[in-house]
Amino acid sequence: MAERVSSKAMQDVQEEGVLKAVSRRDFIKGVISSGVAVSSAGYLFRASSILHGQQLAAGVGERLITLNVNGQQRRVDVMKQETLAWTLRYKLGLTGTKLGCDRAECGSCSVLIDDIPHYSCSVLTHTVRGRKVLTIEGLAAEDGTLHPVQQGVIDEQGFQCAFCMPGFIMTAVGFLKTNPNPTRRELAHGVSGNLCRCQDYDKILTALMRGAENMRRSSLG
Amino acid sequence: MDNDNQLADNKKDNKKPADPTKAAERTYGAGYKLIGKNYETPDLYAKVTGNAKYAEDFRAEGMLFCKLLLSPMPHARVKRIDAKAALAMPGVKAILTADDLPAPADTLTDNGTVIKASKWGERGLTMEPVYQGEPVLAVAAVDELTAAEAIEKIEIDFEPLPFVIDPLETLRPGGPNPRTDGNVWTRPAAAGSSSGSPPSPGTPAVTELKWTKADFEEEKHGRLPMGKSPDEWTYGDLDSGFKNAALVLDETFVTPDTSHQTLETRSALAYWQNGKVYIYTGTQSTAQTLPAIARWLNISPDNIVFISEYTGGGFGSKITGGVTMIIPALLAKKTNAPVMMRISREEETFIGRARPSFQGRMKVGFSKEGRITALDMFVICDNGPYDAVGDAPSSGRIVSLLYQPQAMRWRGLTVLTNTPPRSAQSSPGGLQGIVIIEPIIAKAARKLGVDQVAIRRINCPEGKAPLGPVLQGKRQYATSAFLKEALDRGAEQFKWNERVARTPKRIGTKVRGVGVSLSCYAGGTIGFDGLLVIKPDGRITFQSGIGNLGTESVIDVHRAGAEVLGVPWEKCNVVWGNTSRGLPFTCVSGGSQTTHAMTRAAYATAMAAKQKLQEIAAKKLGGKPEQYVVANERVFRKGGGTGMTLAQAAKHAIELGGIYDGHEAPADVHKLTKASVAALAGQGLVVAAKDNYPRDGSTYSYVASFAEIEVDVETGMYHVVDFLASADVGTVIHPRALGGQVLGRSTLGIGHAIGQKWVFDPRYGEMLSKRFYQSKPPTILDVPVDMQWTALDIPDPETPVGARGVGEPPVGGGCASILNALSDALGDEIFQRAPVNADTILTSLEAGRPMQHPLMAHI
Repeated sequence: MAERVSSKAMQDVQEEGVLKAVSRRDFIKGVISSGVAVSSAGYLFRASSILHGQQLAAGVGERLITLNVNGQQRRVDVMKQETLAWTLRYKLGLTGTKLGCDRAECGSCSVLIDDIPHYSCSVLTHTVRGRKVLTIEGLAAEDGTLHPVQQGVIDEQGFQCAFCMPGFIMTAVGFLKTNPNPTRRELAHGVSGNLCRCQDYDKILTALMRGAENMRRSSLG
Repeated sequence: MDNDNQLADNKKDNKKPADPTKAAERTYGAGYKLIGKNYETPDLYAKVTGNAKYAEDFRAEGMLFCKLLLSPMPHARVKRIDAKAALAMPGVKAILTADDLPAPADTLTDNGTVIKASKWGERGLTMEPVYQGEPVLAVAAVDELTAAEAIEKIEIDFEPLPFVIDPLETLRPGGPNPRTDGNVWTRPAAAGSSSGSPPSPGTPAVTELKWTKADFEEEKHGRLPMGKSPDEWTYGDLDSGFKNAALVLDETFVTPDTSHQTLETRSALAYWQNGKVYIYTGTQSTAQTLPAIARWLNISPDNIVFISEYTGGGFGSKITGGVTMIIPALLAKKTNAPVMMRISREEETFIGRARPSFQGRMKVGFSKEGRITALDMFVICDNGPYDAVGDAPSSGRIVSLLYQPQAMRWRGLTVLTNTPPRSAQSSPGGLQGIVIIEPIIAKAARKLGVDQVAIRRINCPEGKAPLGPVLQGKRQYATSAFLKEALDRGAEQFKWNERVARTPKRIGTKVRGVGVSLSCYAGGTIGFDGLLVIKPDGRITFQSGIGNLGTESVIDVHRAGAEVLGVPWEKCNVVWGNTSRGLPFTCVSGGSQTTHAMTRAAYATAMAAKQKLQEIAAKKLGGKPEQYVVANERVFRKGGGTGMTLAQAAKHAIELGGIYDGHEAPADVHKLTKASVAALAGQGLVVAAKDNYPRDGSTYSYVASFAEIEVDVETGMYHVVDFLASADVGTVIHPRALGGQVLGRSTLGIGHAIGQKWVFDPRYGEMLSKRFYQSKPPTILDVPVDMQWTALDIPDPETPVGARGVGEPPVGGGCASILNALSDALGDEIFQRAPVNADTILTSLEAGRPMQHPLMAHI
């Protein structure tokens, strides 16, 4: 098994320059622990004769950084290749951000970084130092008042299983900040990077449109 | 299928006046306070704030992670495992192989029958992987990285075994077998079935079946060969039906495999405390998952606490969760620490279940008006390597009910292959059957010059319509069917006639087409239990054993109970998602059973609660129970006078004890319900009841689906312009949740038409469609921006509240209405399999005939 795929796979990765700034070992460690498709990286593991003889333990390669998450300064140990989704979920206890695909396909992990929606599974944590990260947990006001988009979802019973909901809401909030009065079609485009497998799109769109309306009303009032 | 081109001309979308024909603006629940009304479900606030905890969101002190080693081959035998280097790594705690799994437990049914564990069943880990991606072993370590690296350090030798990924290949003379002892699931009829009792099917077994070379002659003509089939039934006179037909069509059609692709993978967390295992994972059916775990772990249900408050999608793949959940449970026992098994998307593709594809053939005779005089159906279901799925037999029943052929024969095979395991997926067999027959009906209508709605109207079921084979001299029948009304309302709201008459169909390179499809599926079971507690503070707690998939049936069905008791919803709580909190015996949430089965149970329980309240009042205040009524949160003497509040009655119940406060349970409820009643004893008026209401017929729900599409014949790209589903699903319980189901499940079906399928490398048996983008579920841009639904809201006459289930029925129609719209736009010679992609359209248009391989699986 270990030799089934030769270490060529790793060489290919290297040749593409992915490993420029980091050692192979750090790269693999990062890919594995970041949750970026552990199993799809399986072919890398299986090729990992390069790992033989090395001993890795938890905590190796981490460094302490400060992040601005939901308006708070959070000190956290992260690895160089750790993704923001992993940091949020496993280091900061913010499990509202979901991992649905590990690889920028489904949008469940969407958060706002400086008001712009990003797939946090595909953002390295150390790149968001000094930037404002907003997750679903930070959306409601401190007194518990829901964000107008959250309220829109409640008003219209948007979403079914809701695993995709945090990602959709964060994307919609980001989109509406710059497009406060969209048509249904425009808003659909705005959240089209988010996948709902319950396929509850019509009700989701109705709920997010209601959220947009709530947002406009709250900014007026 | 991007709708960019329409962006500009839809600026006015959100300024449209309210449309009274739109279902969301319709009023349901006339005469009811709660039933048929929208409300805020109690699980929604946690969802919008990100506080709803799905399995992978739980953390436990000292939690380990486990990773799986997956088979790289579609069929192999593990010859050697050397884990020394892996186990020597710092942080690695344990390895789990198939040898560590408990022996598969036999099942003791409720009527005392023992069903022996199948030797072909799936166990979670194996030394003989029968599909690529099957878990072979698992390693637990202090973190996921260490576990993954340990997996890499394991030396493992596989001996490749013969494999097959196309059902037809294993049926060929001398073809390889997917399992060492065979290739086909058979159910030999049990002995003695000729006596009075219905013929009970025997225990399913894997046997070997090969067709002859002569059988395969048909293949040369692009038609499905039809050799020997283990299952067959017939009713009516098929021969004379064909003889008297004005038109006979004989078509071969292939439907796709589609992964369930639940957005939440089947991750699971487990730990042990005081001899009990605590398991957290997603399920469709909280109460029913408990006995499944007990069977898989071979331990008593008393020693299991199962937690599943939120589940990120199921669609049939998590009916009782996944067997892989026992892996972290067993590793947790071995390491004496909590273990989290995080399943990645790619792992989920292998272990996450899928709908089986069909290779099907159907010969249909039509009268000149379009009535089906005879129907001969033959299907091969690609079962995957493990337990038999029921799609093949289900397809025959659905077709027989939905189109009411005057005579029909159904033949089917459930063939094993070395492809990932299948399970029920929304409308199992229903979708495949509908997708095979609907293009034939559409073609027949064109050939006969009959309108597409009209041809479906004269074939569709009505009232107590018969279905399936003749059993004991008669055929089963439906409880009710109002599909004609649904079809008529749908046609009217969709403006079918206007759309059909509209000219020109083609403008430039764009061609429009309209399609309609019938659809139906089973809509409910009976005989389950409800459980509620009226607390001394006057509030009611409904104990819900239903899984929380977001369809909201977990909450909605209890509105029927509150309605019967006349208690305001604000005074009601619903407990769900944790088997230690006292849940009743509940149906599995699969096959659209729940709304029907559990509104019945809720109704029965509320009626029993009323009875108990009357008894308590009579005991305390004198007179007879029947002299009291329950209303306005009180129980009081008819015509006014003496009475008490529900709060007071609950206190009296506790004083009275026995059958009033849960120290005794009704004799007829299930043992799981009895255990829950005992656990809740003393908390108030504890009421459990079984649904003993009669039912004449089998419950089915129906949908008529309408679609308009626009194809660009220069690029082959097409998109869905408009879609409407008109549902006959009984009484509407919760309109918004119903709309979500009707359109959501329709869209799941649409995915089968517009692009989803499995693709395999036939040489190595390697799956190529492993990620979302390779078998993409519809996105928000693939569906019309303003989909429509409507529901008749006609109560089913055979159930107290009149509600039927809705999950499956829209699915087949979602797919088939798109296919029919495509053939309306492009003609009948474009496709003979689904999905239909741009390349199919382009190459077939050019050639003037379908250009895909007619039969090969997984292309």
